[in-house]
Amino acid sequence: MADVKKFLYVNRKAPYGTIYAWESLEVVLIGAAFDQDVALAFIDDGVYQLVKGQDTKEIGMKNFSPTYSALGDYDINKIYVEKESLEARGLTIDDLQHLVWEDEDEDWAEKDSIKVVTASEMAEIMDQSEVVLSF
Amino acid sequence: MSMLHIVNKSALDRNSLETCVNHTLKGATILMIEDAVYSAMKNTAASGMVEGAMKDVSVAVLGPDLKARGISEDKLIDGVTVVDYAGFVELTTKNDTVQSWL
Repeated sequence: MADVKKFLYVNRKAPYGTIYAWESLEVVLIGAAFDQDVALAFIDDGVYQLVKGQDTKEIGMKNFSPTYSALGDYDINKIYVEKESLEARGLTIDDLQHLVWEDEDEDWAEKDSIKVVTASEMAEIMDQSEVVLSF
Repeated sequence: MSMLHIVNKSALDRNSLETCVNHTLKGATILMIEDAVYSAMKNTAASGMVEGAMKDVSVAVLGPDLKARGISEDKLIDGVTVVDYAGFVELTTKNDTVQSWL
């Protein structure tokens, strides 16, 4: 396709306390329908969005965290999580959901979607993006 | 006089918890709700500040907000108490005044 652009969605807010995380996910899913090259960045409090085991029953809000595991089905498999942000929050990749995608070119082999990157690597990822949307 | 301080923002996103900690007196209680529950976790960039505050004040977190965010109680700083909604109400009645740090 001629007009494929590299989109980067930058997520810096915790889920539930504000609407940013959910809004971002909605826009990502809408954008996925347009066959663009999509990547997601999770920085600062944004890393909290991917924490596993979320259970919102007692706060009366929709638990949208299972939606992240559907991203692979929409060919969204570049999910970058900043190392420094995890460390400042006492978290490791083991505290996050295990997100995977199936590689069509390798007999649908299951591969990890999340990549933990340093802040300087994240800066490169941002630099190489053509459209950056911040939430 | 005892005061209940309620904080609802992440300490790593806003300075409300830090300002709150700097304005609490011995015997006060800080209740962390909503995004502030992350501030009760150990090994974070904010846990030193919270541990320091806990020499003089007690810290409570709202359990339903912890669960919503997938944070298990074993990740909390030692000495932090987890309260439910009834415990929240009890804290507001037990203290003379309530201050919400927005």
